[in-house]
Amino acid sequence: MDLRYSHAEEAFRADLRAWLEGALPGLPAKPSPNDWPGRRAYDTHWQRLLFEAGYAGVDWPVEGGGRGASAVEELIFKEELERAHAPYVGVNFVGLLHAGPTIIAEGTPEQRARFLPAILRGEEVWCQGFSEPGAGSDLASLRTRAVRDGDDYVVTGQKIWTSHAEVADYCELLVRTGPEDSRHKGISWLILPMDSPGVDIRPLTTIAGSTEFAELFLDEVRVPVTNRVGDENDGWRVTMVTLSFERGTAFVGDLLEAFELLTSTVDVARRTGAWDDPGVRRQAGHLKAGLDALWALTRRNVSQAARTGIPGPGGTLFKLAYSETRHELGEFSLGLLGRAGLAADDSGGPGGVGTLPARTVLEDFYRGVSLTIAAGTSQIQRNIVGERLLGLPKEPVAGRPR
Amino acid sequence: MDFELNESEAELARGVRRLCAGRYPLERVRAGEGGPRVVDRDGWRALGEAGAFSLCLAEEAGGVGLGLDEASLVFEELGRGLVPGPLVATHLAAGLVGGAQDGTVVVGLVARPPAGAGALPTVVEHLADLDTLLVLDEGGVAALDPASLQATPLGRPLDPLTPVWSLAHLPSGEPVAGPEVAAGWLRDGAVLTAALQVGLATWSTDRAVDYAKERTQFGRPIGGFQAVKHLCADMAVRAEVARCAVQAAAVTVDEPDVGDASVAAAGAKLVADQAAITNGRSAIQVHGGMGFTWEVPVHLAYKRARVLATQFGTEAALAEQVAASLVTPSGGGA
Repeated sequence: MDLRYSHAEEAFRADLRAWLEGALPGLPAKPSPNDWPGRRAYDTHWQRLLFEAGYAGVDWPVEGGGRGASAVEELIFKEELERAHAPYVGVNFVGLLHAGPTIIAEGTPEQRARFLPAILRGEEVWCQGFSEPGAGSDLASLRTRAVRDGDDYVVTGQKIWTSHAEVADYCELLVRTGPEDSRHKGISWLILPMDSPGVDIRPLTTIAGSTEFAELFLDEVRVPVTNRVGDENDGWRVTMVTLSFERGTAFVGDLLEAFELLTSTVDVARRTGAWDDPGVRRQAGHLKAGLDALWALTRRNVSQAARTGIPGPGGTLFKLAYSETRHELGEFSLGLLGRAGLAADDSGGPGGVGTLPARTVLEDFYRGVSLTIAAGTSQIQRNIVGERLLGLPKEPVAGRPR
Repeated sequence: MDFELNESEAELARGVRRLCAGRYPLERVRAGEGGPRVVDRDGWRALGEAGAFSLCLAEEAGGVGLGLDEASLVFEELGRGLVPGPLVATHLAAGLVGGAQDGTVVVGLVARPPAGAGALPTVVEHLADLDTLLVLDEGGVAALDPASLQATPLGRPLDPLTPVWSLAHLPSGEPVAGPEVAAGWLRDGAVLTAALQVGLATWSTDRAVDYAKERTQFGRPIGGFQAVKHLCADMAVRAEVARCAVQAAAVTVDEPDVGDASVAAAGAKLVADQAAITNGRSAIQVHGGMGFTWEVPVHLAYKRARVLATQFGTEAALAEQVAASLVTPSGGGA
């Protein structure tokens, strides 16, 4: 076991740090949270800068237009961006962490040439059309139908939790191409152009008051057969490739952000005097030890990915433990604000304490609530750990709809 | 960076696991339950021959010359084997107390209660098995002859494999090491104790999962029910997270450039204590009524975890230590 970085890894870090120091001061002001066109412009501009500097797709293969570096360098990349307070991946999340890796692994040469460079250059934004109102945890029961008509599929159905749909150019779309009760054996993975006729987007407001999500209504939308990734009815396997990336290392940036949140929470506690309470200090100590342990697990997972090329089962363990810890952290931070946490706007604060970061704390609090649901609920993750890692008997699955 | 076990580390862990399976089968370990002596001297020497106590001792001093990295792997396996006795104390004493390194003597250790802690008696583990008792405080380490102590055996010990005695008076003893050694022992002892806890947390998980697969109710193995399956999944997560924390702390002690070793050690023990205790409790719960019987062994890991949680830092002290690092940043963590 070795936690030291090699000379090459340290050189990569030093170059990146120097580049960030030069690039970050020139960024435009951050758009407001619900200004989606503004956020798209901001996030894609940043992606373009990364691309021009050679930092787009650090661990993507060279054939896919990436840097071809190891999972360890990708970890360093995320660490340095967080340390420098660089923009988060934002609207490029699905393209960079879902659709891109999936097309690299399963796409045709034409699909790779057409879609990968545009993702890396920040020219095209992707969204995800996996879940449906009737197919959440039981994703394999999805019903959005795709019927072959000549060189097209004709797609009709409804999708939900489609982040960034309003500003996306393409959607990674799961459709039913097999019989109604074929479950995971009758699913295909399609690339849906979002400007196709018959696509209707309706924003959904989250408990955080954000319009990040949307519902997607698809009414006889024509998608060329050449936009299918993988074989017809083989989309489930393709999807598992996607999800292994999501559950693997996609939360690294998020974990690093949690360290910052804890540090700023401690700062609040010291300013309000709450830090004099041993109970508060011990809770902070537990949270720090928990985050450090998750950082150790991250380095274990990344080391495995660097050896094998694919994220291992450690990603599921991480997602479960991290989402619970993150939720505790959100509760802890909000609790420390006391009544100053009753609104996102600054309440003025008692004399001498100064502005308390209520807006940030509330955003992180809501994020903590979302993490035990997003990308597979904690309950589904526990089934995965229990069945695939521990070999416990599987959940019964109804063979066909009643 | 490659935070995976290399081949020699993996082989070391496998070797100790084989040794434990051969020397410390559960029936033989349990034979000592409730008695004043639980250390099997032949087994202790076998551990010594395998390097369990001399791993971190320099080669020129007759040790193996490896680091806490390797020692943490060995101690995880010893925890998993429920091996009784003052393992951590004897490991720390290697090179300081003759015979500790090769397992020919058994060395115990007790932390001297801080001045002003009142006139509470000192509780010492394994006294009847000890050749030497070391007393640790911030000022250093002192040695005592166990036979010279006025000790009262305490009935019904929490862990039937950790007999305890009460000392009304703890003599000052003969100084054998100074404050630097003491500070290092507090840190390394925390890491090795945490490694034992990871082994216990893993053992509890394995017992619970095995039982959940074989026990049927309502016509199905109980592990097929989410209520039980999720308990088992949480146990596996806790054990793995704690394992990574402990191994990272051990590597950080060996390579102080990668972080603050004392904070890493305290944090790892905090996480590992909690994992071993919670998993011990969950293993009993998965076993239902049988889990509350003396016969089914899952209570042993729960009780041992409670004993280890009182050594090398309590929850409150460790949490305070880690919290202090948040206000005086010293490079720990990310």
